[in-house]
Amino acid sequence: MKRDVLKNAFDKQRQFKSKTVSYRKKPLQSAKQPDVPKGLYEKCQSCGKTFIAKDMIKNMFVCPSCDNHFRLRAIDRLNITVDPHSFLEKGLGYITLDPLFIDGYEQKVADYKKQTNLDEAYIYGYAQIESIPCVIGIMDSHFMMGSMGSVVGEKVTKSIEYAMVKRLPLIMFVASGGARMQEGIFSLMQMAKTSGALKKLDEQGLLFVSVLTHPTTGGVTASFASLGDIILAEPNALIGFAGPRVIKQTIKQDLPEGFQRAEFLKDKGMVDKVVHRHALKDTLHTILKMHQGGSE
Amino acid sequence: MDILKKEKKLIKLEEELIELDDEKKIESIKSKIEDYKHGMMQDLSAWDRVMLARHMKRPTSKDVINAVFDDFIELHGDRNFGDDKAIIGGIAYFNGQPVTIIAQQKGKTTEENIESNFAMPHPEGYRKALRLMKQAEKFNRPIITLIDTPGAFPGIGAEARGQGEAIARNLFEMSAIEVPIISIVIGEGGSGGALAIGVANEVHMLENAIYSILSPEGYASILWKDAKKAKNAAEVMKLTSYDLLDFGVIEGIIKEPIGGAHHNPTQTYEAIGKRLQQSIESYYNRSSYEIKTARYTKFRKIGFFQRFNYDNLKGVVK
Repeated sequence: MKRDVLKNAFDKQRQFKSKTVSYRKKPLQSAKQPDVPKGLYEKCQSCGKTFIAKDMIKNMFVCPSCDNHFRLRAIDRLNITVDPHSFLEKGLGYITLDPLFIDGYEQKVADYKKQTNLDEAYIYGYAQIESIPCVIGIMDSHFMMGSMGSVVGEKVTKSIEYAMVKRLPLIMFVASGGARMQEGIFSLMQMAKTSGALKKLDEQGLLFVSVLTHPTTGGVTASFASLGDIILAEPNALIGFAGPRVIKQTIKQDLPEGFQRAEFLKDKGMVDKVVHRHALKDTLHTILKMHQGGSE
Repeated sequence: MDILKKEKKLIKLEEELIELDDEKKIESIKSKIEDYKHGMMQDLSAWDRVMLARHMKRPTSKDVINAVFDDFIELHGDRNFGDDKAIIGGIAYFNGQPVTIIAQQKGKTTEENIESNFAMPHPEGYRKALRLMKQAEKFNRPIITLIDTPGAFPGIGAEARGQGEAIARNLFEMSAIEVPIISIVIGEGGSGGALAIGVANEVHMLENAIYSILSPEGYASILWKDAKKAKNAAEVMKLTSYDLLDFGVIEGIIKEPIGGAHHNPTQTYEAIGKRLQQSIESYYNRSSYEIKTARYTKFRKIGFFQRFNYDNLKGVVK
């Protein structure tokens, strides 16, 4: 089964030929970025070794040498998680505005849009995992560190509402630096908005699985990311509310090794399970299968 | 000239007044003081308001509780780990009606501040707040929260005990509490620490209070990599009560005396009491379902963006 997915990992364009996606000017695809020169090589940030990009895709962007989990683009995450051709993107057409008139913010958003080929740092839609239908939401930390502004907050809320309408389980892959500073108080309020929507989902007895990936910090940790019925995490992912640098500055001490990493949080009882990326799809499938009856 | 310098000048004028005996001179200086107050101490910049919100003499939550409520009984602990002194909570009478109070407590002296950790809560503080809110729901009494914190405490223990989860859980549960929640930002409302007790049916702010995603210092260091630009940050962040009322993030502004709440605390307490009374009365005839739905709907609507509606483009491809 796994091999089938890998085969299709190359087949990025074909996967998105669904009705909704045709509204996009260009199909959703992995954008080229400078740290992958012409998509040939990929360098591990942790051990510094270089690998052929094709091998990396096969290995789900996990470093074969040191097991470092690379930060994934939304599209790559989709490819390794959901069944081929099953994803139907929802919630298109949101436009980010600049409520505080911060210099250069609009330009920055425009640049990121071009760079990542995404509208915002979050995509969601209908998908199937091993033929079990679910709603899947993915944050892309390549879009302005996956920060949550009004649009991301709204889309997260919409994805929760979509799961409620369709009565499907919701899986969210979180990767975010926190609230988006450029949108000020509006970003802060998205925390209340998304958490409130999750309360409704909870009242309806639907499953919410939150998968924390590197990095999950700030306002996102303090809202929907921490509210999963089941919280999974990728190995060595940075997860916390305050950033390590801020903590170090405040308490003026060195931080213990492995502080705020996924394993540390598991030890402290904040995360249900640390799952290797290779096993993530199977784990999610098993969880979904166990909850197929819903809570009734 | 910033507000603190203006304040010093005002204090100098007032000191002059005490030394004088001549009635005519007293009259002239009194009118001078009034002119000064009305001329110089109004029209504050955002940074002025930041300084007033952090003023050492500004009334703290305990002051407000003692002045506005009767028979306050403080309740301690989260029944799990410990008691956080940055968040105080309890029950009290408000105009003869029992209410639950949750408040973030700053100190007025250094010792007091160290004891209350400068009003920066730990996870157990949020969990205590939630416990008391659930209790209020059980006994059907309104919840009043007083917000005054620079933000959540960034420390090893706080992270290890799940600061993020504690705040998230509060936001989650508060959205469905079936009794009215009224919040008043009395000083600083900083980031998740403030919001964690601020998911309210009505959020009011004292005129010179601030409410923001982060302290201006933190904001400047993230956006411009320079914490010294805090003054500029304060101006662009739109953190004053008037800005937030414009944005529809808060419901009302409670006027302060000229120069800040500490110049005439009694007047401030009266204004707070009056506003609270109005707010609570407006929920007397509403069902619990209405109350929680109104709160949820209010927060659901907050956001600043546009949407290009694809649904209206049926049949149009590309």
